[in-house]
Formats: sequence, C-alpha cells, structure tokens
Amino acid sequence: MYHYTDFDAAFLKERNAQFRAQVERRIDGSLTEDEFKPLRLMNGLYLQLHAYMLRVAIPYGTLNSAQMEQLAMIADKWDKGYGHFTTRQNIQYNWPELRDVPDMLDALAEVNMHAIQTSGNTIRNVTADHFAGAAADEIADPRPVAELIRQWSTDHPEFQFLPRKFKVAVSGSPHDRAVIKAHDIGLQIVEQDGTRGYRVIVGGGLGRTPMIGKTLYDFVADADLMPTLEAIVSVYNLLGRRDNKYKARIKITVHENGIEDIRARVDARYKLIRPHFGGVDQQMLARITSDFAKPQFKTAPETAYHQARQHDPAFRSWSDTNLAEHAAPGYAIVSISLKAHGKTPGDASSRQMRIMAGLAKRYGHDELRISHEQNVILPHVHKEDLPSIYAALKAAGLGTANIGLISDIIACPGMDYCALATARSIPIAQEIATHFDALKLEHDIGPLKIKISGCINACGHHHVGHIGILGLDRAGVENYQITLGGDGTEDATIGERAGPGFAADDIIPAVERLVMAYLDLRNDPGETFLQTYRRLGLAPFKSALYPEAQANAA
Amino acid sequence: MSKPFSPKVVTANALLEGDVIYLTEAGWSRDLKDAEVLTDEAHADLRLIEASAQTGHVVGVYLADVDIEDGTPVPTHFREDFRATGPSNYAHGKQERAKQEQF
Repeated sequence: MYHYTDFDAAFLKERNAQFRAQVERRIDGSLTEDEFKPLRLMNGLYLQLHAYMLRVAIPYGTLNSAQMEQLAMIADKWDKGYGHFTTRQNIQYNWPELRDVPDMLDALAEVNMHAIQTSGNTIRNVTADHFAGAAADEIADPRPVAELIRQWSTDHPEFQFLPRKFKVAVSGSPHDRAVIKAHDIGLQIVEQDGTRGYRVIVGGGLGRTPMIGKTLYDFVADADLMPTLEAIVSVYNLLGRRDNKYKARIKITVHENGIEDIRARVDARYKLIRPHFGGVDQQMLARITSDFAKPQFKTAPETAYHQARQHDPAFRSWSDTNLAEHAAPGYAIVSISLKAHGKTPGDASSRQMRIMAGLAKRYGHDELRISHEQNVILPHVHKEDLPSIYAALKAAGLGTANIGLISDIIACPGMDYCALATARSIPIAQEIATHFDALKLEHDIGPLKIKISGCINACGHHHVGHIGILGLDRAGVENYQITLGGDGTEDATIGERAGPGFAADDIIPAVERLVMAYLDLRNDPGETFLQTYRRLGLAPFKSALYPEAQANAA
Repeated sequence: MSKPFSPKVVTANALLEGDVIYLTEAGWSRDLKDAEVLTDEAHADLRLIEASAQTGHVVGVYLADVDIEDGTPVPTHFREDFRATGPSNYAHGKQERAKQEQF
C-alpha cells in the first residue's frame, strides 16, 4: 500500500481547510451557488435528486482495513449506515448534509483518503485491475504507476479545466479486467525484448457515442511514460472541443482528427516537453513501487479447504464462482459479492464493511479491493482460510455465489438517486436477480454479464455488457433498450442495439426470453452466452426478443 | 392559439440538507401537498424569480408540472414522483420521515 508522505498529508490538510472555508462562505451567503458549485465538484460533492452525494476516491480500488473501517464510521456518523461502491472503484455516500462534509473529508484524511477530482473536467480517479498484485497472469503490478499518475494528475495546474472529464485505467495483465479500451487513456503493462513498458490506448469511452480505444503507441518505456501522458493530455486540452459538451471527450477528438494526426501532435508536444522530465518521476516511482512489495506468503496445507469442498455444497458452489487464480501457490483471490439477490448492486452496510475489513486483517494481509463490477475483493487469501472466511461472509449476507453470473449485475444509481438519470436501474437489477434466482437457472446459464445504465451517459457500462440495458424516458414513461454482444475485456466490443425498447413491466420477461433462447441455441453447456452470440449473431436473439414481429413477418 | 398553461409548482433543493422542497404561499415545504399551485403563467414566472432570488437557502429552482387531484398537487412525470417520495430501493428520504411521523 502507498504510504502518504508529509507532503501528501500537508497538501490534503490545506485543501480540506480551504474547502471548509468555502462551505462556510456558501452557508453565510458570501458565495452564490454558481460560484460554489465548481468548488464543491472539485471536492467530490454533488447535489443529487434527494440530497447531496459525496464521491470518495479509492485510488486504483485499493484499501486497507483501517480505511474500510473509517468508511464504515463515516457511513454511520454522517450518512445512513451504508455506502455505494461504483464502477470507478469509488464509494458514494448518498445522504450527507452540507455542513457535515468538511468533517467527513477530515475523517477521510485521517486514513489517507480524499474526494479530490472525483468530479469536474479533470483527470479522475485512476482505476486499475482489481486483481492487481495477485493475479496469476500478471506481468507487473499496475498500482505503482497508477499511484504515480494520481500524484501527477492531482491539482495538475495545466489540467484543472480540461474540455471534459478524463479517465485513466491501468492493467498489468494480458487479460483485461479494467476495461482499459473504454477509457480516455488505457495503459497496459507489456514486455518487449525483456524490457517493461506500456501499450498506450487512447480515445475509448462509453456514453452517448461509445468508442473502443485505439492504440497510440505499442510500446512506451517506463521512463518515457509520464512525458507521454502529459503530451497526450496537453494535446487534448488544446484540441478537444469546448463548443459542444457532447463532443468534448477525447474519443471525439481522436475520431474527428484521426489517430495519425493525434500521434503526430503528441510526438511534437512530447519532443518539446521531454527534456523537462529529468527523472524525478522515476525516483518517485521507485519509492512508490517499494510500498507495493508483495506480502510474505505462507506455505500451509489445504486440508480444510478440500474437506469443505467435499462436504459443504454451498461452500463448493461459492468457491467455484467467487475464487480466481492467485500467483502464489496455495493462495486464492476472493471476490465478495455485493450482489445478494434482490439487494442494491454495490451497496454495503457499515456492518458489512467492518466484517470485510476484519477478514482482510485476519486472513488477507490487510488488503481489500473494490472492483469496477461493484464487488469487494480479498486479493491474498490462503486456501486453508477459505472455509472460515466463507462462514463469516455468509453470516453477514455476503456469501452470495454469483460472481460473473446473471445476478452479478452492474447497475448505476439511476433515477433513484441521480439527477441526470432518465429511468431507474436498481429495481431492474433487483428483479432480474430475484427472478433468475427463483428459477434456479443461474448456475446453468453460466458466465453472463448484464450491465444497466439509467441514462445515455452509461455509468452502468451497458455498451460492454453481454446484455446491456439502457433506461430512457419515452414520453414520460420509463423504457428500457437492450444491446447485445458487448464485451469489456481485451476483446472489447460495443454491444448492438437489439430493437425497440421495453416498458419496465416487460423488460424482465424480455431478458428471460433472451436467456431461454441462449439455452436452446448453445452447442453445449460450456459455450457461454457471448460465444453463442458471436457464433450466431443478432438474428436468433432478436426473434426471441420480438416474437410478435416474427409472427407478423411469417 | 397558444398552448394553455398547465398547473405548476416551484421546486428546489434545500441548501443545507439537499432535500427536495416546494414553494408555498408563506415559504417552503418539504411536502408537495403544501405547495402553492400556479395556474397563471405570469404569476408562475414571478414566483420562480422570487424563489430563485433566495440563493442563501435553496439550490436549483425550477417549475415542475403537476396535476390537481382532490384539490392537491400530484406530479405528472415519474421523475417528480421520485423527488416527492424518495428512492425505491430503501425507505429513505421523505418516506423515512413519513414513517417516523406516523409513530
């Protein structure tokens, strides 16, 4: 874990004191809302439908137990006893009062956390593979460089007023778990002739104009990365459109100017600024990297694990779905599902946060991760400890065995909270989960990612869902459009729109028809929904979705 | 002929709590049923300007359409319905308070 320096702590203290004074000036009337709004947004404070919302950054999704416990304390003291984990690995509090926010930020600072640049037209919280530092397929831990990018981008004087928000994700594995191709900049750690470097992808994004990122450079050496990033953002800062909010993201800049033009501009800018990077960034990276040293893994028997798998079907089912392969022998990566059937995707109560923190402390080298899929990860667990962990999780309502299955749904807050939403997302996710749980089909269906957004801005990543659902307002009624075949991995694909949308009452039966069609169409139980879709294309799924149109045509 | 003016209320969020509020004849209420229903366009514009001037207490002032049922205003659009009630996944916000008031 990164340890704050005195500089970091002093910076945060000063920033929080500034914001406290800004809040006071807003309350006493010295600042108007127009003056205050950009200041509160820079500090992660939104005004939503029913209340303020504080979005707290969890850089590259990494937390220790003390931080998780503090998040629980904040939820109890200043909110309603829970938090919502988001697709940018952040946590959102839905009910803070304006007067309390400076105290909440001070409480966060006590555990080296903040809400800076979780909003506004700035470089946002840097995300990373949630299995970073643990995954068996990893080339290198992406978090040290993610931390370097966080420090570089925080309060960067040139990049506080970009044309639009700017999102960076980093992966250290060939298998992409961080959706890097749907980011403004996606970085993938690669090796070339034994040297470590980065593949740099630009211009990806979801929202109203979804785009898959394009490779700007196949290989950038470690020492050249920061000047390269600075050159890219610099070019975008000048070239990005400020005349139209909907055309302001770098994906449009890249699309309109072409990747070759962007590359030429970045090359020119790079040449100009490269001499200013004298290697300090590399010294800092070395120090940061030492903070992320791997824990001391133990060698122990796995008897309890194998016995539990043999004798406890519930444990076996959970360990089949919720574990991933760890780089160290005898270890596993545990995904804790925040998707209990019928509950709100991504929500954890303060009690659940404390239980997860306790498990991390006792069994998990004090580490927790938040995934962009809105689950919590214990990255380093010895298999011998899994039965105890499972028992504790189950007792806390955290033992759902559904990672990667139909009920492991990403859902944005939608119109239940969000001021931008055009329809609700959460109730649709709840109904899909409970419906398929009741049918007892979930495990038979196998890997299937459903992602739901409550508006075209696509916070719920619906474009890269195997089944994507987009909630819209059609003449004053909630209406849900389906996209199919999306994929957020290294084979990133934007889903195809299946046809006209469905009313709220009709969307669950529509999803059921899709799934039943898949079960009929698949070659064998090993062929996933996405594979079947890729083999057969949209047509058979479309006929399942719209049987009436099919009947009329016949 | 211009479109007839549909009834409206002035709504906003409270500066300190962020809670949804409605302009009444005397001030502000957290309950839509207390809202002053505006049926005259010129008067509605005037009330909107008056409410917007109260920047020390309220944020994001606008006019929202309502229907009148049994003499009280009810939302015409589902977004306003959620604002008047609270989220659907937990009985938080106005629902929570309504529950407390029942006891």
